[in-house]
Amino acid sequence: MSASTYTNVLGLAAAAVLLCAVVTLWRRSLGAIVRTLAVQGAALACVATVIGLHEHDVGLIVVGLLVLGAKAVVVPLLIGRVVRHDPNSRETDPLVNVPASLVAAGALTFLAFAATRSVTSLVPTTAGRLIPIGLAAMLVGFFALVTRRKAVSQIVGILLVDNGVALVAFLATAGVPLLVELGASLDVLLAVIVLRVLAIQMRSRLGSFDLDQLTELHD
Amino acid sequence: MVIAVLLLPLAGGLVSGVVPWRRGIGWLGTVIASGVLVTGVVLAVDVVHGKPMSALGGVLRADALSAFMVIVIGVIATLATWQGVRYLGAEIAADRCTRRHAALYSVLVQAFVATMLLAVLAANLGVLWVAIEATTVVTTFLVGHRRTRSSLEASWKYIVICSVGIAMAFLGTVLVYLASLHVGHGPHPLDWTSLVAQSHQLNPGVMRLAFALIVIGYGTKVGLVPMHSWLPDAHSQAPAPVSALMSGVLLTVAFYAILRFKVIADGALGPTFPRALLVIVGLLSLLVAASLLLTQRDYKRMLAYHSVEHMGLIALGAAAGSPLAIAAVLLHILGHGLAKGVLFLASGEILLTEGTSEIERVPALLSRRPVLGGIFGFGLFALLGFPPFSLFVSELNMLRAEFQVGLGWAAAVSLVCMAVIFAAVMSHGRHLLLGPRGTDAPAMTPALVAVPLIGGLVGCAFIGVSAWPLESLLHAAARIVAP
Repeated sequence: MSASTYTNVLGLAAAAVLLCAVVTLWRRSLGAIVRTLAVQGAALACVATVIGLHEHDVGLIVVGLLVLGAKAVVVPLLIGRVVRHDPNSRETDPLVNVPASLVAAGALTFLAFAATRSVTSLVPTTAGRLIPIGLAAMLVGFFALVTRRKAVSQIVGILLVDNGVALVAFLATAGVPLLVELGASLDVLLAVIVLRVLAIQMRSRLGSFDLDQLTELHD
Repeated sequence: MVIAVLLLPLAGGLVSGVVPWRRGIGWLGTVIASGVLVTGVVLAVDVVHGKPMSALGGVLRADALSAFMVIVIGVIATLATWQGVRYLGAEIAADRCTRRHAALYSVLVQAFVATMLLAVLAANLGVLWVAIEATTVVTTFLVGHRRTRSSLEASWKYIVICSVGIAMAFLGTVLVYLASLHVGHGPHPLDWTSLVAQSHQLNPGVMRLAFALIVIGYGTKVGLVPMHSWLPDAHSQAPAPVSALMSGVLLTVAFYAILRFKVIADGALGPTFPRALLVIVGLLSLLVAASLLLTQRDYKRMLAYHSVEHMGLIALGAAAGSPLAIAAVLLHILGHGLAKGVLFLASGEILLTEGTSEIERVPALLSRRPVLGGIFGFGLFALLGFPPFSLFVSELNMLRAEFQVGLGWAAAVSLVCMAVIFAAVMSHGRHLLLGPRGTDAPAMTPALVAVPLIGGLVGCAFIGVSAWPLESLLHAAARIVAP
């Protein structure tokens, strides 16, 4: 792979991760939000594989394939099955409306660039320059998590945060050691399964995914 | 030996998963937990004066600090599994829980203990992260075990907030890894020992960001403000034995992770930045706990906010960071675990017999149920730091250490908060315990319930009076964090 192709593909894939995070703020249909998450997983897998190819790191290519399987296929399927029973489920009333959310996403991206200056100066590579994008994707996920009021969009928010952190890890250090990567992926997968069980229980108990109905515990 | 510690709860979990639930399986859990305690003591004797032990090709490592945490986990797990038999028996008798659910509960409790043990025995900071994230996954179902609407809400909040927090801790770990890769090419760039050895070479800018993420991230699991809001819900909704484990040890296992990172951050940044960060989160936790404890109407939530206070005190002690302070922090971890464990288990018994967790509706406990009321009362005394309980000694030493390193103002603020909390808890406790009995005869508490709780309180008082069995271990462990 030539140097310029590498730069272009890597930049494109990393930008796609951030773009998908922003799109989840924009879309209201829960089905579409889950599909966007799958696309983001694929983009993340692409980042890992491209870095692996460029650095001739077979382990990282394998991790890329694992990410593709887990984050682009298995996890969206698991969440998608919850949504499919309820095709009209939409994010009707987020705490912050869509235009304001998009402005906030822009502001968070600036914040990410400002916060990572010490890190990017340490890694003056093509990948290192893209680190703020990972942090921005994480912050957008955080924002989705605190402003969206459906159980499914909160699960997606957690996964956006997780994918953002994973992107930073791939760009900054070409991934964490394999043992840690496997353990972390297993944890995330189990967490998604637990969340899914809770979301199903919530719907059968409350009749919807609406977290506003959960108001029994407060001070 | 290190592997044996981990294998015990794994075997216990396997047996409780395969054999249908009956009381004997519940008692097996207690035997396993006390086995963990015994192996922890053996481990401590081995490593206290000698070299750390490692196993599984360097993935696991036990030094004095790990051995101390294994002992803490073993003690609280023994108490909690003992009481778990009664909890499950009562739930099955009341037809709120099937035998399958009881089996699931036993498996998850053993898995919970195993993940905490993995966290304190991990040599690699990445494995430490994996273990702490796994504790969230296994405890979520335990929090929701009673399957009520409010316990569903509590488990949802718990897993969502903790997953986000732990993702931040992962980012912090990745940044430490980046800083470590940049220094050199050691064979294990995330290995704690090699990170400490080269800590002064790590890039300070990256380490500053990393340590902040670690304190907020793992701080979520510790229950430190600003990421504490899951804690009162989860601890009040979980079954009592699970609350005892979560409040008594899980919080401090997460704090153990912060202590490990603090050693690296101290080396890379000097003591000022880590100290400032821990003072801020510690004081905020104390202030929030003090203001919210005043208005509590539910005794389990009162105990939960009390945990936020104690985690704040521990954070302040760690901020001081001298060997005296760290030894006091570790003693406080054990003392708080014992007192809080006993209180949560006693509150489970109150909930079982009285049917409500509102303070207003459980008056005059001391005259109606003298043994249970007495345990609860002495537990509150222990938690509020009365002598002879060990929390008195550890709080006094933490405050002394804070004055010695120039954190006297923070110690003064924490004393004011402690005074407010003292008044609030005393007033709640008076409501709960004192008052006229009415016409009923005093009800007895089964000896099987009372014995472990009284044992826990006696243990807490014993280590407060005599430092003998723990002194050398505490000093060895403190020297690891504060060389």
